[in-house]
Amino acid sequence: MQFAILIKSDPNQSPAVRSALMFTRAALEAGHSIQRVFFYQGAVTTASDMLSPPQNEERVGELWSELAAKYELELVVCIAAAQRRGVWSEAEAGRLGYKAHNLRADYSISGLGQLIEASIESDRLVSFG
Amino acid sequence: MATKKIMYINRATPHGGITAKESLDVVLISAAFDQDVALAFIDDGVYQLLKGQQPEKSGSRNVAKSFAALGDYDVRKVYVEQESLAERGLSEADLVDLRHENPEDDYRDTASIRLISREKLARLFSRQDVLFNF
Repeated sequence: MQFAILIKSDPNQSPAVRSALMFTRAALEAGHSIQRVFFYQGAVTTASDMLSPPQNEERVGELWSELAAKYELELVVCIAAAQRRGVWSEAEAGRLGYKAHNLRADYSISGLGQLIEASIESDRLVSFG
Repeated sequence: MATKKIMYINRATPHGGITAKESLDVVLISAAFDQDVALAFIDDGVYQLLKGQQPEKSGSRNVAKSFAALGDYDVRKVYVEQESLAERGLSEADLVDLRHENPEDDYRDTASIRLISREKLARLFSRQDVLFNF
């Protein structure tokens, strides 16, 4: 089966980002495929490479990067939700004149159309948070 | 591209955060994909449709006003759960009057909001291809 994954909650406020990671990993290990992983609302902060939790805490954004590299997953961050919450690609930050950018290399920024397309083209949309 | 039955379940209060706004953004984008779109308002989500809101006074966005545009985006099915309204002391008369031009009835001006019981709404959920829960 082909799944599309939607994650909505801030990783500091909800286990959704971590739960989605475990689901996605389990689905892939069971032979299913993942059409796309879409980060929306508070979940977009997962894609920032300027998050510094204490050393003894897990970095869930990195765990997603590792899984994406292993299985060639598409990690898409909603542009409107990301800009609202201060997550910027180099291109978008430059376009609006910001000096810093913080989107992790393994993630891409795109529009909500990518979420709708994923929900239509996959067999199941599984939503977290 | 296939046509799917997509339902948006709205459960958040209108001004407790930006969830109502971020849900509506997805609804409006999905309209461009020519899908069979419906909205459901349950729990505190029914407050999103209250008429007479003046959230501008507290710097919040008037989502009830934005919903008026849904008909223009061919979003014609807006379900409101009866029990959620009753539990909050509300009735249909307290809600905004959303309208659309009904293509199945000679484009007659038609009310978009349909009250539905919890039991029937549950059955409606089970007939959807995609559920978005905000």
